[in-house]
Formats: sequence, C-alpha cells, structure tokens
Amino acid sequence: MLIRKEGKLTYADVTPKGLYFNRRQILGAIGIVGVAAIGGKVVSDLVWPETAAHAGAKLNVTVKSPFSTTEKLNTFDDITHYNNFYEFGTDKGDPAKYAKNFRTSPWTVTVEGEVKKPAQYSMDDILKLAPLEERIYRHRCVEGWSIVVPWIGYSLSTLIKLSEPTERAKFVAFQSLYDPSQMPLGGRAGIDFPYVEGLRLDEAMNALTLLCVGMYGESLPNQDGAPVRLVIPWKYGFKSIKSIVKIRFVKGEPPTTWSRYAPTEYGFYSNVNPSVDHPRWSQATERRLGEILKRKTLMFNGYSDQVAGMYAGMDLKRNF
Amino acid sequence: MRDLLRKLLVKKWSKVVVFLLCMVPLEYLGLRAYQGELTANPVEFVQHFTGDWTLRFLLITLSVTPLRKLLNVPELIRFRRMLGLFAFTYVSLHFLTYIGPDQSFDLGRMWKDVVKRPFVTVGFLGFVLLIPLALTSTKGWIRRLGGRSWQALHRLIYVTALCGVIHYYWLVKSDHRLPLLYGAILAVLLLYRLVDSLLKPRPAVSVSPAS
Repeated sequence: MLIRKEGKLTYADVTPKGLYFNRRQILGAIGIVGVAAIGGKVVSDLVWPETAAHAGAKLNVTVKSPFSTTEKLNTFDDITHYNNFYEFGTDKGDPAKYAKNFRTSPWTVTVEGEVKKPAQYSMDDILKLAPLEERIYRHRCVEGWSIVVPWIGYSLSTLIKLSEPTERAKFVAFQSLYDPSQMPLGGRAGIDFPYVEGLRLDEAMNALTLLCVGMYGESLPNQDGAPVRLVIPWKYGFKSIKSIVKIRFVKGEPPTTWSRYAPTEYGFYSNVNPSVDHPRWSQATERRLGEILKRKTLMFNGYSDQVAGMYAGMDLKRNF
Repeated sequence: MRDLLRKLLVKKWSKVVVFLLCMVPLEYLGLRAYQGELTANPVEFVQHFTGDWTLRFLLITLSVTPLRKLLNVPELIRFRRMLGLFAFTYVSLHFLTYIGPDQSFDLGRMWKDVVKRPFVTVGFLGFVLLIPLALTSTKGWIRRLGGRSWQALHRLIYVTALCGVIHYYWLVKSDHRLPLLYGAILAVLLLYRLVDSLLKPRPAVSVSPAS
C-alpha cells in the first residue's frame, strides 16, 4: 500500500486565495441577497396578498350544469400545455413556460359604458356573485383542433343583469390585461395588444356564455386566462377572451383583435361553422386533441339548440 | 486549415459522418415519441417538425454551391446529393402526416383540398416537383440525361424551395418572423447564383476559319 505523505495541505489549498481573502464580502453579499429575497417576498405578499383567486386554489363548485357534455375530458396536462395566449408567445408551449409568474392578484374588472351601475369588481367580488358551476364544454379553435374542458364559472348574464345595461347598449366589448413587463414576448406576436373582443348583447346574455374563473376544480391556471375569462362554446376559441380587465357596454359593434388584424379571415361573429371555411383552410373537420384522425365539425360546435335562434334570418356566410 | 478540411472531406467516411448528422433530427423525433413527449397534438408536432426540417435541408442543399465557390472547397459537392435526398425524405414524411392523419388516405378528398387551398396547393407543388429530382439523382440518370439537361431539370429545386417558403408563410397566423427568415436566406442563395452567372465570362462566339 502506498501512502503519500508529501506536502501539507493548508486551507489556502482548499479555497482559492482570492475567494479566501474576500470571504467576508462574499458572505456579506450572500446575506444581502438573502435578506433582499425574504424582504421582497414580504413586500410582495403585502402588495399582492394571496386570495382565493390565486391560480391553483380549490374552488367550491356547487352546481353541475345541464349544458355539460358527457364526452371524454382532455387531460389537465393537455389543456395547460397547448395554449394560444399570444401575450406570452406564439408557440403553443410558450404560455405554460412564460405565464408562470403572471400576477393575477390583486385583480380588478371594470364594468363601464352604457350601464346604470358601472363598477369595479375585485376577484373576491366576482367569485361571490353567483354559485360556481362546472360546465364541460367542447372548445373548438379556429386552427382546426378541439378539446373538452371542465370549466368553472357562471353565466355572464349574472354580471350583466347586475350592471343594468341602458337602452342604448347593443354590444359588449371586452379587454384583456396587457402588461409588457410581464409579457415580454407580446411585442413579437404580430397582433396588437391589449387583446379586445366583443359580443352582441343577446350573445353575451345567452345562458351558455360563461364567465369562467376555473377548470378541473381549481382556479384558472395562468396560461389558460387567469384569473377570469370568457368561454363561448359555439364560437371559435379566440372569441373566448382571457384575463379580462374591462367590460364595456356600447352602442355599435366593437373592434376585435383578430378581425382587425385580418378582416377577410376572422369575422366579428366567428361562430363555429363547418360550411364556411377559413380562406386558408377547411373548417369542415377538426382534430380532437388525443386523437389521430380528424372528426367532423358540428354546426355551432354542437350547440345549435341553444344558439341557432339568435342568428335566424342572418346570412352566416357573409357574417362569418 | 482549408487544406486540412479539403483532405478530410474527400475521405470515404466523411459521407458517413454527414449521413449520421442528417439523421439527428429523425433520431430526436424518435426519442421524443418514445418518451411520449410529442405535445398534446402529436400529429401537428410531427407535421411541423418534418416541415421545418424539409425547409432547412432545402436551404442547406442550396448552400453547397455558394459555399464551395466562396470558400474554394470544391469537395463539398460530394454531399449535395445526400443533402437533397434528405430534404426529400423529410418532405415525404411531412406529406405522409398530411395524407394520413389529415386526409385519412382518401385521395379524392386530398385532391379537393389541394386544389382549393392555396397554401396546400403550393406545398403540394413543391413536393411533387422534388420527386423527379429524387428519382434522377443517380449517376446513371446523369449519364442518360446528359449533364446539361440533368442540371436544368435539377434547377427545379429553386421552385420547390420557393414553394416551401410561401407554404410556410401562408400557414402562419401572425408571427411571420421565421418564414421571413427562411425567405431571406433563400433570396440570398438565389441572388448569389444570379450574380454569379451574370459575372461569369461568357465564352466568346468565335467563328474560326476552317483552314
């Protein structure tokens, strides 16, 4: 056995000299960073207290909706990792990555315009306006894919009735939050932000139109439009605006983000309609996530019974 | 440095290395499939992946000539056929994801789609134009067609690459940065050829006296 005895080890051999002599400063720096981190957390908790609206919180769902489909649900993983939320990047995987630290609390939704009772609602207010329902809806994207999601919320009509629209209110305009400091990829999306959407008042009042605060028993994940969004199951997904901060009642048809960007491709109504193709691709079929072959797309995404009446006599080819 | 590169490039095994490199994207795709990491929409993922690599291989193939002239490394020509055939391999897989999962192998339905939708039309055209190039890529076909007409036929790759870029541009909804980048690279590669042919001294047409 060979045992080496040569040379004594000193501490200087373990720690490089530069670091050794600067250890106090280094320890000090670590201390400052640590205190700053803890301090920052305390301050942020004071400024943005966690409430029931925090993404991932369990929601108390008391009502099962008769509007729910019995189709197989898509997985939570699919619904949270395949998102179009261009404020957080245009790749379907971007929102899951870049919306992680999106601050959704505190949150205020402003109701204004042609209403007798304009108001500012906190998320806590919104969560208490009506009993929360689970609604399992089909969700069809204009790009030709679809998912089945167990959303949580209540009919938007609850909030509208509370706001008492005036005689002049014919449309409702919605606006998403746009905060470039939290959404650095938004500038590259190619579309203008803040994202805006709109509905005719009767569409907004339709019982199917969901003011959505959660899914899968929990508050909305950030990438799915936290803390509050719309879900309009008979229209293409981009109508179901995410992360709403403003609801304005107006006289005329409000501008909407995608139809402003490409008026020949995306109309104001954008009802799911297998017989009216997108100029660049067919809308006759769709791929349900989790399936290989495409399936036929249904008129109004299968919700004709509840919504077809609103469009009686309208030329849906022209009003696409 | 360049001499060393040239020496390495003429080695037999250099082709094997390039072949293995060209296989890396396919192996990566296979690995992700094996791990179940093909996203929530695997068909679309494979479709976009193979489409992306088709465009990349077309551009790499088209870079061979400018690079070998600019760097003065004529040996690069040895790899051009393989690179082109890899572009064809990736576009074939891309086409398979379209005719299979998208069109359920229904040729009639596929044809209607091809005729009706410009972005599909242009993509399909690019694919079809590449078929004769793949078929005539052998030495035998170069001999049979004669160098000049073989070369003329193989200029169809310019059209295919252009079709590919337009296909991609028309597909994208609003974020056009990548298709524009591919378009810019293609423009540079084609412009190089134009300038190169304009600058090339043409052989003077001389009528030499018979005597």
